[in-house]
Amino acid sequence: MTTSANAGIVRRKGPGARVGRIVLFTILGLFCVYYLMPLWVVVVTSLKSLDEIRAGSLLGLPQAPSFAAWGRAWSSACVGVRCDGLAPYVWNSFAMVIPAVALSTFLGAIAGYALTKWRFPGADTIFALMLFGAFIPFQVVLLPMARVLGILDLAGSVVGLVLVHTVYGLAFTTLFFRNFFVGVSNGIVDAAKIDGAGFFSIFFRLMLPMAPPVIVVTVIWQFTQIWNDFLFGVAFTVGDSNPVTVALNNLVATSTGVKEYNVDMAAAVIAALPTLLVYVVAGKYFVRGLAAGAVKG
Amino acid sequence: MASIHLRDVWKRFGATEVIKGVSLDFDDGEFVVLVGPSGCGKSTLLNLIAGLETLSSGTIRIGDKVVDDVPPKDRNIAMVFQSYALYPTKTVRDNITFGMVTRRVPQAVQDEALKEVSELLHIDHLLARKPGQLSGGQRQRVAMGRALVRKPDVFLFDEPLSNLDAKLRIEMRTEIKKLHLRLGQTVVYVTHDQVEAMTLASRIAVMDNGHIRQFADPATIYEEPVDLFVAGFMGSPPMNMLPGVLRRDGAPCVEVANGGAGPIRFPLAAEAATITASEGQKVVLGLRPETVFAAGSRLPGPDRFVFEATVDVIEPTGPDTMLVFAFGDTEVIARVEPDSPAKVGEAFRFEVDMGKAKLFDAASGKRLSASR
Repeated sequence: MTTSANAGIVRRKGPGARVGRIVLFTILGLFCVYYLMPLWVVVVTSLKSLDEIRAGSLLGLPQAPSFAAWGRAWSSACVGVRCDGLAPYVWNSFAMVIPAVALSTFLGAIAGYALTKWRFPGADTIFALMLFGAFIPFQVVLLPMARVLGILDLAGSVVGLVLVHTVYGLAFTTLFFRNFFVGVSNGIVDAAKIDGAGFFSIFFRLMLPMAPPVIVVTVIWQFTQIWNDFLFGVAFTVGDSNPVTVALNNLVATSTGVKEYNVDMAAAVIAALPTLLVYVVAGKYFVRGLAAGAVKG
Repeated sequence: MASIHLRDVWKRFGATEVIKGVSLDFDDGEFVVLVGPSGCGKSTLLNLIAGLETLSSGTIRIGDKVVDDVPPKDRNIAMVFQSYALYPTKTVRDNITFGMVTRRVPQAVQDEALKEVSELLHIDHLLARKPGQLSGGQRQRVAMGRALVRKPDVFLFDEPLSNLDAKLRIEMRTEIKKLHLRLGQTVVYVTHDQVEAMTLASRIAVMDNGHIRQFADPATIYEEPVDLFVAGFMGSPPMNMLPGVLRRDGAPCVEVANGGAGPIRFPLAAEAATITASEGQKVVLGLRPETVFAAGSRLPGPDRFVFEATVDVIEPTGPDTMLVFAFGDTEVIARVEPDSPAKVGEAFRFEVDMGKAKLFDAASGKRLSASR
């Protein structure tokens, strides 16, 4: 969008300008290489055999690319004492991330809608307090949260982790939806009230259908946050209920026999793949939605 | 069909008083315009009638039913909003039928009502479109269609034309008036545009700062304003307000200071001369621009007064030309024929119809009326 808006702009011409542009693009290219280097190393290493890795040449292309290490990382690498690969933990992560994202997005949408379109005394105070939640470091809530999970008998389970992420995510999801709905004309809600629609009817039939941009933003944000979380996962789950981030750490740290760098690298890519995919598929909506929220908020 | 009755209506937001004890009665089938400057509380008053705001005190009746605790959907009203407030994700058809769907009106009745309204407003070819694909005028029609389809007792309009361009605004204004003549429902219409108020209303309520200043038919509002506020608000260009002093030594007149040139005495017309005001009282002489014209340009009549002034600015509008001159610090606008020979910086002879002049008490701003 932004590039097409500036496409017709008049630029300075001449040798000086050309040199300036060459310098500019060289610098940009160097930054790109710098940022992409780790990904490159991880991917090529995961495709090499252990012998080739030991021979050196960290950056070189694999001579005989093979997904053998990926297979091992997925289904037979040892995580702690269990040697079933990452697969069960990836499913754990999905079992955690899908309900947590869905719940926190849905609740954030209702909260954002109620805070902007059904104004009540103290709405701003409540919003400020919720916003406060977005700035509380994870570490601060570890102990109280552990206590709550203990009381609810959810300690060490994926369900408990879903609860933690839903509660922690509410501050962000409410913020996103509030900033979106604040830009929606109040007249629409008034018109709907006169048309006889109530709180939920207006929400489901008018507000949610308008909200896909902010829903996409919220889902991507929440998915990335929750999938990538390590601290809550390591603190509130044990062994078999670990999410993939914790399992990855355990896999890399498991020290029986030879260190299999290619398997470690493959496991890292597997653990990162879902968030990368979400970004690639929906990234443009993310940027668009963030920009829209910024203008309207 | 319903009349509307407001009794001692107050609305406070925290410590701010927005509506300060308004009592009004609108007859059945009447087209009432609430007009006033922005922030005067006219939209709040409309929202109170709609039930979108809760009364602080007082009572509102629609027909013979007290509606103080009745939610908007049960008041049998329909409202058209300034921003149109169309549902952006719904088609025109679904926008119009949304209310009926919510009320579970049978499909056949819905189709019938939709057909009738969309043909009436000439939007039947737009039914499958979304609001984003419509022009401003078309959106306005859809918003009206959504209101009409309910067959309400009362129509509420909240500045419905202020987002349209000038030409379309005049078209839609005429159309709204036609619709009202045809359907005959009670209409309460909020605007800050005094031309809209004059052209549409059967009665106008002029509001200022939470109070009703005057509630009367357009001609009375224009010709018999109760105070300086109403006189100044209605009319474009606005009424000329000349501060002066009442003199009764000889024929009653208003003496208006004119800088170094010495005061000018405007003789009062016979009826105005009987006002109950004493010699030396400070008054404001109100002259509408169309009552000040080029000397001798109209047929002679009673109570004319001719004077000379230097023209400062000439503003042609096409059908008329406005001449701006000054008495002391007060600017005066005169409305003359477009072929007037007036030149900037030169003296020009003006004639004023003192029979149409209004007199106000300078201290209270109230109109000084003739004692009959």
